[in-house]
Amino acid sequence: MEKQWFTISVYSENNVGLLNRISGIFLKRHINIESLNVSKSEIDEVSKFTIVVYTTEKWVHNIVGQIEKQIEVIKAFYHTDDETIYQESALFKIASGLLFDERQIQNIIKDSNSQIVTVSRDFFVLAKSGRRGEIDEMHDQLKPFGIMQFVRSGRISVSKEEMQISAMLKEFQP
Amino acid sequence: MTETKTKATVKITGAEAIIHCLLAEDVDLVYGYPGGAIMPVYDEFYKFQDKLTHILTRHEQGATHAAQGYARVSGRVGVAIATSGPGATNLVTGLADAQIDSTPMVCITGQVPRHLLGSDAFQETDIIGISTPVTKWNYQITKASEIPEIMAKAFYIAKSGRPGPVLVDITKNAQFEEFEFSYKKCKGVRSYIPTPKPNMGSIEAAAELINNAKKPFIVWGQGVILGQAEEALKAVIEKAGVPAAWTIMGESAIPTSHHLNVGMVGMHGNYGPNMLTNECDVLIAIGMRFDDRVTGKLDEYATQAKVIHFEIDPAEINKNVTADVAVLGNSKETLELILPLLNENKHEDWHDEFKKMHEIEYETVIKNDIHPTKDKLTMGEVIEEINLASKNKAVIVTDVGQHQMIACRYAKFEQSKSNITSGGLGTMGFALPAAIGAKQGAMDREVVAIIGDGGYQMTIQELGVIFQHQIPVKIVVLNNDHLGMVRQWQELFFDKRYASTVMVNPDFVKIAEGYHIESKRVSERKDLKGTIQDMIASDKPYFLEVKVEKEDNVFPMIPSGAAVSDIRLK
Repeated sequence: MEKQWFTISVYSENNVGLLNRISGIFLKRHINIESLNVSKSEIDEVSKFTIVVYTTEKWVHNIVGQIEKQIEVIKAFYHTDDETIYQESALFKIASGLLFDERQIQNIIKDSNSQIVTVSRDFFVLAKSGRRGEIDEMHDQLKPFGIMQFVRSGRISVSKEEMQISAMLKEFQP
Repeated sequence: MTETKTKATVKITGAEAIIHCLLAEDVDLVYGYPGGAIMPVYDEFYKFQDKLTHILTRHEQGATHAAQGYARVSGRVGVAIATSGPGATNLVTGLADAQIDSTPMVCITGQVPRHLLGSDAFQETDIIGISTPVTKWNYQITKASEIPEIMAKAFYIAKSGRPGPVLVDITKNAQFEEFEFSYKKCKGVRSYIPTPKPNMGSIEAAAELINNAKKPFIVWGQGVILGQAEEALKAVIEKAGVPAAWTIMGESAIPTSHHLNVGMVGMHGNYGPNMLTNECDVLIAIGMRFDDRVTGKLDEYATQAKVIHFEIDPAEINKNVTADVAVLGNSKETLELILPLLNENKHEDWHDEFKKMHEIEYETVIKNDIHPTKDKLTMGEVIEEINLASKNKAVIVTDVGQHQMIACRYAKFEQSKSNITSGGLGTMGFALPAAIGAKQGAMDREVVAIIGDGGYQMTIQELGVIFQHQIPVKIVVLNNDHLGMVRQWQELFFDKRYASTVMVNPDFVKIAEGYHIESKRVSERKDLKGTIQDMIASDKPYFLEVKVEKEDNVFPMIPSGAAVSDIRLK
């Protein structure tokens, strides 16, 4: 079976130890977490984990089964890239002088649809949201001029199919 | 249920609340070991000793295995308790064992006071972090008011659905704090579906496959026992005329003597069930998880067969073996639903194939194991004598290794929940403490622990519990002065390089005598039957060492990584 990118979405109770439990499931199987994001979800008091892995469908199926089995997990899904809308965000910190000395930087900002978050005497910060490739491309373009700091977030994604978590939560009620 | 359940408005300490929680969950026996961070709870054990018995094991690992033995024979939740730090870490092996063998157990650990958490205080350890991969659920309580809800949840999670171990860590301040106690049993957790609802479509599809099968074959596991589906399974195999084999954890669910019980599958299982796994046309797996010791090489496991998987845990479906039909749900419920859909059948020719295989195995292996003609005693004949003396009614508790395989192969059972062994984890040292728990979980039953000389010395200190509480378990050490199973592998696969498998053993009889336990040693066949009869007839604890052949091997055997049909008879 071929390896490919999968996005695992986990709806769960907000619980201190759950991240440890979930990461252990990957650790035990030597499957690297390529990206991890935890946030609130569309439902009050329900958290959402978005985990990206590069593996085979057999393994992702196995992992999702093990995740869903955890007591505080309401539901876990996995999707291929085609089945989701996804993005990452990145911040670039760059010396302010470059904005005036290197005209090309202004073109990069325009072409990449990135935003200037802040400008100070010493540095300015660019924010860029998009696919990993777009962010990488912008990074490559800015690199020759010098990037003071760079950070990229984990993937966030929503599925094209409906996720009926609220309905499930009603069914759980004892 | 105790009257303490709803006594609200009176303030009690967290430590006392823990006792009331245990009583409300009908717990009357716990195993444990005290220490600094759990002392407030022990003080309450002292006050409540008329209602709740605490058995002091000699090591916390013993407490977990005793709780497991208790749970496995009684179907109730076993409880073990320990202090923080080393007390807590000593529970880990038992937790892992209970996790992989789906045993309902609640472990309670003391923890340093909340204000010292994270300060590397004396006997502080992150037992929540450590126990996470080996528990079904765990939780750290840091204030007394959390105790009732968390304890109720712990018991509910441990025993519902696919059972498993739960650990509750309680900081010392929470044990001292006072609060208004009231207890409500847990009836559900919103993110947890313990038992999936059966789907009639898959049950009908399964019935159709079984009805059209020419060579159907059932392999059942512990799910049948945990689901209390023994009678339902018997009805299914009798109506559909399906030969049925068991995994080590499923043994005793159906009497050994049942004409459709064809024996054990797996590495040291029976010849027929293993060989014919690769000839059946429909393989019906019930409450089992296709462990590698059962399947051998997966690529060559029952590839010719349609597979039906009855299972409570959705994560087990398609984990190792892909199911053509998955029947989710409690095994009793799903088997009762499929029964009326099944046609009556006999499959006599197919049965004959099992009988023929059995004859081959009997002639090449079994006969020599249980009726040996050589001088030295065999493990198999000891098991056979125990069968005879106990009239197949004993609970047999085994450790791990050659004696375990021999005992599971040759012990005969009439009643379910009678084979207590460490199947998944293979924990040496399991049997002696587990036998204590098994006896206390079924006081009316004969409990015989069968242990190798290696594993026995891993938890031998629990003889102290047997002596102190006069727990009438029968302990049989099959002594071959070796770590026999490892030695067997060294003989077969490592050119007889016996690295660290020769044991220079102490005088086991003297050790048992040191604990004032009646003890015998048998080295000759003429003494075996009478001594075992005396042992079974005794109503006291009894220790028997049997000196057996040092270099016997367990056969049949599927070499590690080989296909089930590559099973070797010698």
